[in-house]
Amino acid sequence: MSNQSIDIAPEAVARRAAPRPNGLWALLGLIAVMAVMPWIASPYALLLMLPFIGYSIALLGFNLLFGTTGLLSFGHALFLGVGAYTAAVLTSKFGVLSFELLLITAALVSGLISLVVGALCVRYTRIFFGMLTLAFGMLFHSFLFKFYSVTGGDQGMRVLRPLLLGMEWRGGKTAFLTGPFYYYALILFALLGLAMWRITQSPFGLHLRAIRENAGKAAYVGVQIFRMRLAAFVISAIYGGIGGTILAVTTGLADPELAYWTHSGNLVFMAVLGGSGTFAGPAIGALVFVVLQDFVMSITQYWRFVMGAVLVLLVVFMPQGLSGTIEALANRRHGGR
Amino acid sequence: MTELVDVILGGTFHAAVLFLVAAGLQLVFGVQKIVNLACGSFYALGAYFGITAVGIAIKLGMPPVLFLPVLIVAGLAIGLVGLPIERVLRTIYRRDESYQLLITFGFLLMFQDVFRFLWGATPRTMDNVYLVYGTTNFLGVRVPTYNLLVIAASLAIAVGLGLFLERTKIGRIVRATAENRDMAEGLGVNASKIFALVFTVGCMLGTVGGALVVPSGAASLDMAVELVVESFAVVVIGGLGSMRGALVGALVVGLMRAAAISLVPELEMLSVYLVVVVVLIVRPAGLFGKATA
Repeated sequence: MSNQSIDIAPEAVARRAAPRPNGLWALLGLIAVMAVMPWIASPYALLLMLPFIGYSIALLGFNLLFGTTGLLSFGHALFLGVGAYTAAVLTSKFGVLSFELLLITAALVSGLISLVVGALCVRYTRIFFGMLTLAFGMLFHSFLFKFYSVTGGDQGMRVLRPLLLGMEWRGGKTAFLTGPFYYYALILFALLGLAMWRITQSPFGLHLRAIRENAGKAAYVGVQIFRMRLAAFVISAIYGGIGGTILAVTTGLADPELAYWTHSGNLVFMAVLGGSGTFAGPAIGALVFVVLQDFVMSITQYWRFVMGAVLVLLVVFMPQGLSGTIEALANRRHGGR
Repeated sequence: MTELVDVILGGTFHAAVLFLVAAGLQLVFGVQKIVNLACGSFYALGAYFGITAVGIAIKLGMPPVLFLPVLIVAGLAIGLVGLPIERVLRTIYRRDESYQLLITFGFLLMFQDVFRFLWGATPRTMDNVYLVYGTTNFLGVRVPTYNLLVIAASLAIAVGLGLFLERTKIGRIVRATAENRDMAEGLGVNASKIFALVFTVGCMLGTVGGALVVPSGAASLDMAVELVVESFAVVVIGGLGSMRGALVGALVVGLMRAAAISLVPELEMLSVYLVVVVVLIVRPAGLFGKATA
């Protein structure tokens, strides 16, 4: 009877509303592959995976804000910087070496800062939100850059090797990073991924999606827009801080460039590259970005040009990102359309 | 007293250049609703190309006195690079603004390496023409006459732009397109052409700004990304999309920076961002912005 009308419309609706359980599986699959990597990959490849883990964690948070809530932050590198400098200050000035303490402090500090910054920023949406977050990111950057005595200026600050689970690890830097630290970061990534999956599937996540789709209607049915957005901002900042701590331990250095706005731009780049519409997309984007950048840098000094061109082509031809494009192809194969 | 005049003159000079870039940003945002992160690249492009153009002109036997007009012409000419870029941007006008930000970010990255390829990684300066117009005594402070000429040129461009938008037929069409693109097209306006025109003019404002500033300093790879955040500060303070806002915002940022440099050098950029934050808390839409956010 009503078959004819069903044929046309619901497909698009259903695809949007249905949860994507494959998102979590994609992420866990990726992590599983990475868990066996130390047996097959070279130390160089493993060292490349560490920034990927750091960025992925930051992007899990970033995408709660961007993909789920619909707020594009162009200053998210601020929290990477906060995480990195927390690690640097604690290890080299206060002699705190426990990595767990570093993570907790980084999460707390970025949470607190994001509470203040977020309260000012989330009143805005769209481009205004992006510009405001950019301004705050640069505020922090110029603080790092100019206050030489506190932050080391453009030299940055050293991050000492932390203790994992209270244990000291002997051996060279590479052995430490590709061994215990690699697994530690990977497990952390898995746990934070699971937590983020729970968050996006919870009623809170539903509120955020409702705000993204139509803030006015969401408010009408009782969603506390300001609080929800602020909560999303704080959570994303905490993920950013943790990601920044991992990045800083990997390089052994916290420098102001981490908080520079082009670094925030790279985060957005990764999210869109992988596809911000899916759960695992940003992590895939981080992987492709890190590997691609490393590859292009090895063949030409003009790697920015190549990356920029990739970005332009991506935006024009593949706005759904890699995962979105794969999904669309899969849908087509399943006789969708 | 002389210190104060010094700060005001230095700040106004900086503001004059900043205004040009910010005006380009505002114009493009007002009509195309695109926030152009590549505006800093246009500025740097103007600076580099200005150096090359003046170098060639002097080699061809031009008297150094004529270098200011050469710079302006060079800036206008290289601004035409906006035309092909607008062709690419055209594909994404109806998309979400995150994509528009990203695509201009991509252009910014590409330009970075174009500069590195064409002009090298070391900063480039212009040979000894900066003081060709001598210095002027202004309330007891000696300033290069060139700085005053740039301030005057910038003011003239501001007035000219205002007259163009308010008084001419094309200006009215541009404003109509900015107000409502579909309606304007319904009335027979070729919006594609208007967009190409507006983007190119916006681009030229940036390149001329860069060309004008370079005799007093150097062209470097950093200037693009640094100017982006400064011009963002200008438009946020002044209000997105407002020309008067760009003028006032540029003055605020320019003077603030000059004052900070002479009083507390550490606060150079910090002070600018602090003003941005304060303005946003007190007047969320900026000083001249519309009250929507």
